[in-house]
Amino acid sequence: MSHALTLITFVPIAGMVLILALPDSMKNASKWIAVAATIPQLLIAIYLYENFDTTTSAVQFAEKASWMPAYHISYFIGVDGISISMILLTALIMFISVFASFGINRAEKGYYAMLLMLDTGMMGVFVSLDFFLFYIFWEVMLLPMYFLIGIWGGPRREYAAIKFFLYTLLGSVLILLAMLGLYYYGATPTFDLTELAANSSHYSIGFQRIAWIALFIGFAIKIPAFPFHTWLPDAHVEAPTAISVILAGVLLKMGTYGILRVNFAVLPAATYQLAWVFLGVIGTINIVYGAMCAMAQTDYKKLIAYSSISHMGYVMLGLAAFTTAGINGAVLQMFNHGTITAMLFILVGVIYDRAHHREINGFGGLAQQMPIYTAITGFAFFAGMGLPGMSAFISEVLVLLGAWQTHPLMVAFGAATAILTAGYLLWTFQRIYLGPLNEKYKDFPDLSFREAFTLVPLGIIVLILGVYPSAILNLLNTSLVHLNQVVLSTSGAAVAMLH
Amino acid sequence: MDLGNLASLRHFIPEMILAAGILAIVIFDLAFGDKSRPGALALILAALSLIAIGLGPASSGAWLFHRMLVFDSFAIYFRLLIGLAAVVAIWMSMGSEEVRGCDQGEYYAILLASTFAMFLMAESANLLMAYLALEFVSLTSYILTGFLRHNRRSLEAALKYLIYGGVASGTMIYGMSWIFGITGSLDFSVINKALSTPAHLPVLAVFIALVLILTGMGYKVSSVPFHMWAPDVYTGAPIPITTFLAIGSKAAGFALLTRFFFPAISHLAAGGSWTALAGVDWPQLLLFVCIITMTLGNLAALQQTNMKRLLAYSSIAQAGYALMGFVVLSNDGIRAMLFYLFAYYVMDAGAFLVVMIVANSTGREDVEAYRGLAWRGGIVPALALTIFLFSLTGIPLTVGFIGKFYLFAAVIKGQFYILAIVGILNSVVSLYYYLKPIRMMFFEQPRGDEGTVRFEAWNYGLMGVLACATIVFGLYWSPIISFANRSLSFFTGPT
Repeated sequence: MSHALTLITFVPIAGMVLILALPDSMKNASKWIAVAATIPQLLIAIYLYENFDTTTSAVQFAEKASWMPAYHISYFIGVDGISISMILLTALIMFISVFASFGINRAEKGYYAMLLMLDTGMMGVFVSLDFFLFYIFWEVMLLPMYFLIGIWGGPRREYAAIKFFLYTLLGSVLILLAMLGLYYYGATPTFDLTELAANSSHYSIGFQRIAWIALFIGFAIKIPAFPFHTWLPDAHVEAPTAISVILAGVLLKMGTYGILRVNFAVLPAATYQLAWVFLGVIGTINIVYGAMCAMAQTDYKKLIAYSSISHMGYVMLGLAAFTTAGINGAVLQMFNHGTITAMLFILVGVIYDRAHHREINGFGGLAQQMPIYTAITGFAFFAGMGLPGMSAFISEVLVLLGAWQTHPLMVAFGAATAILTAGYLLWTFQRIYLGPLNEKYKDFPDLSFREAFTLVPLGIIVLILGVYPSAILNLLNTSLVHLNQVVLSTSGAAVAMLH
Repeated sequence: MDLGNLASLRHFIPEMILAAGILAIVIFDLAFGDKSRPGALALILAALSLIAIGLGPASSGAWLFHRMLVFDSFAIYFRLLIGLAAVVAIWMSMGSEEVRGCDQGEYYAILLASTFAMFLMAESANLLMAYLALEFVSLTSYILTGFLRHNRRSLEAALKYLIYGGVASGTMIYGMSWIFGITGSLDFSVINKALSTPAHLPVLAVFIALVLILTGMGYKVSSVPFHMWAPDVYTGAPIPITTFLAIGSKAAGFALLTRFFFPAISHLAAGGSWTALAGVDWPQLLLFVCIITMTLGNLAALQQTNMKRLLAYSSIAQAGYALMGFVVLSNDGIRAMLFYLFAYYVMDAGAFLVVMIVANSTGREDVEAYRGLAWRGGIVPALALTIFLFSLTGIPLTVGFIGKFYLFAAVIKGQFYILAIVGILNSVVSLYYYLKPIRMMFFEQPRGDEGTVRFEAWNYGLMGVLACATIVFGLYWSPIISFANRSLSFFTGPT
C-alpha cells in the first residue's frame, strides 16, 4: 500500500461524490455509503498503526508530487509520531459519528456529503507535510462545518455557525500571513514543513516571535484557548450530536497539532521563549476557567463543552513543559480527550433525542428508567474526572508530572482543578440520574443497539489505554522526544540572541 | 518598432473585427429589425475578436499608429480579459428578461463599441489617446446604464454616472495638461524620459498632476473616494451591463492605471521592483487609497439588502484588494494583480449571473428573494452562488483564494505588514456579508411567496462553466499565472 495516505484522505471524497450522484428516491442509501466510506478509512488507519516504525522520528508512508513548482508547492503527505495518533483518532471518530448521525432525517444527502467532506479536510490536515497543502485542508474543513451547524443545528444555529466561521477564518488568515512570511524569509523559499523545520535557525528571533504569535492565535482559536474560546459553547450547543462529537473529538486537536507541527518544529527558538506564557499560563487559565464555567452551566451540552475547554488546557500545559513526560502526556491527552469527550457528547445526544431539552435541572432519577445508559454515563464521567484505570488519568498525570519541574505553580492550579472537575461532574450526575424519577420521563427506552454501538468501542479504548497507555505512547515517543530536543537545543542560542 | 498607419493594421485586427461588427449590427438591424438576431451576431463577433487576439502576432512590442497605441503582451492580457468580459455580457444579455424588451440592435452595437473602447484604453501609449478611450468607454457606459428607458432607477443611475464621469474626466484632463506643461509631451515614453531628470523636476506640480489624473482613473476602477457612482449605477443598470461594468470596465481601468503609473512614470530596477519618481510619493498616496477602498467597500456592504448593491460594494472592496498588488511596486505585485483580475472576472461574473437567473424568474433582486432557495428547487444556482461568494471571500479550492494568495505573497515579500494585516481583516469582515445570501439560501426555510426559479439552459450553461472555472483554476492555476507572468513586459521603446 504505497498510497495508503492518499487513500485514507480521499476515500471520503469518493463517497461524497457517490452520495451526490444518488437520485433523490434513494436518499436513504446515503448513510450506508457514508458507513462504507469510513470503514476502509478505519482499516487503513489500523494498517498504518500496525506498520508504523516506532523507532524513528522520520516521516513514514511519505508521498510527494509536484503541484506548483514555481512556488515550490508540492503534494507532500506523510506521517510521523506527531500525526499517527491523530489519524487513528480521526478514522475512529468519523466511523462512530456516521452511526451517531442516523437520527438525521432532513436533507440526508447533503448532510452525509458534508460529513465526508469534513472527514477529508481533517484527515488532510493531519497527513499534510506541505504548509500550503495543510492550509488548504485546514480551510476546506470550515465549509462543511459551517453548513452542518447552520442547516442541521438547533434554534440558534445561524448565529453559532457564523460565529464559528468568522472566528476560525480570522485564525486561518493569520496562519496564511505567517506561512508567507516563513516562505519568503527562510533559507530557501519552500512550503515543505520538514525543510522549513530543518532550516529553522535561519529566521531571526524577532521574526520568529511575530510569526509564532500569528500562528499561535490561528491555532489557539481552534483549541480553543482563552480568550478565543467563546465560539465553542455556541457551536456545540447548536450542532447536531454527531457534529459535536467530531468538533470535540477531532477538530479541537487540530489546534494543538498545528502548534506542534508548525510552532514547535519550525520556530523552536521562539517556542522556547514564548511557550511558558502562551501555552503554560493560557493553558492553566483554560483548565481553571473552563472548569468554573462548566460548574455554572445549566445546559448539559454546554457543560460538556466547557469541560472540554478545561481538558484541552492540560494539552497546552503539557506542551509548555518541555519535558519528555509533558509532551508525551499532552499528545496522549489529545487522543484521550478525543475519545472521552466524544462519548460524553454522544451521551448528551441520547438524552436530548428523547427529552428534546438539555436542562440539567429538568431531569432527575433517570438511573431507574435507563440503567445501562446511566452506567455508561457514570463510566464516561469517571473517565472525564481522570480516575485511575481510565485513559485520561495517565495522560493528565504525565502532563502534571512533566510540567512540575518547569512550572510548579501552574501544576498546582491544574491539579487542584481536578476537584472542581469531580465537583461539576458528580453534581451533574446527581441532578440528572439520581434522586426520584421525574414522571415525565417514565416511558423513556434505554439505550438502543445503535447508540450502544457508538459508545462501547470508545469505552473499551478508554479502558485499554488506562491500563496499557503504551499502545499509543510507543507511537509518539520517538518523534516527540526528538521534537522536544530540537526546542531545548535552541535555548542556548536564543538566550545569546537576547543579549 | 514605430509602426505607421497601414503597418499597424496587422496588430489591430481584433479591434477591426469589433468595428466591423458594430457597423454590421447597425446595418442588419436597419434591414431586418430584430429578426437579424443582433445578439447572436455580437456574440460571434466578440468571439472572433478573441480568437484574433489569440492567433495574432506574438508581441515583440511595437507602437501603433505613430505612437498612439502600444502593442505588447500586457495589452494582449487585458484585451483577452476585456474580450471575455464582453462575451459574458453578451451571453447574459441574450438570456436576460430585462434586456429582452430593449432595442436589440442599438444595445449590442453599443456594447461592442464599449468593448472596442476598452481595448483602446488597455493599449494607450499617449495621454490624449488614453483620455479619448476613457471618454469613449464612459459615453457608451452611460447609454447602456440608462438603456431601460422606462425604468426610473436605470435613468437615475445613468444620470448620476454621467455627472460623476463628467467631473472625473474633466479633472483628469486638467491633470494631463499639467503633465504636458511640465514635460512638453503627451507620449508616455517621452514623459518618462522628461521626468527622469530629477534635477529639474517640479515635485509639487508633478504630484498635483498625478492626483488629478488619478481622479479619472480611480473613477474607472471605482476606488475610494471616486466610488460613489458605483452602487447606484450597479443597482440601476440592467444586470448584464452591471456585470460588464464590474469586470470589463474595471479591468480596462486597471490596465490604464498600471500603464500610466508603471512604465510611464516609474523605472524598472533590477530584481523586478519599480522605483517611483524621486520626491513624488504617489505610492504612499495609493497605499492610502487602497486601504480605504477595501475597508470602506466592505463596511458599506455589510448593511446591504439588495444583491446588486451588495455586489457593487463588494466590487469596490475587490478593487481595493487588486490595488494591493499595485502599491507594492514590484513585478510580483503586478502579476498578482493581473491574476486577481482574472479571478475576479470569473467569480464576479458568476455571482451576477446567478442574481440575473433569480431576477429572471422572480423579478426580485433583494436578499429576501433568496430565502430557502436551496429547498425550493433552486439547489443548482444556490450551490453555484455559494461557490462564487466563497471565491470572492478567498476560501481555498477556489480561484479567488489563489488570487488573494498571490496578492498577499507580494505584499509580504514587499514587507508591507500593515497592508497585509488590513487586507486579512478585510477578508474576514467580507465573509460576513458574503455569507448573508448563503445563509438565506440554505439555513432559512422558504415561506412560499418567493416564487420558483425556473431552469434556463442558456444561463445555466454559462453558470456551470463559470462555477467549474472557479474551482478548476483554484486547483490548477499554472496556465493563468504563467500567462500573467509573460504579460509583464511593457513596451517602452526600442532598447
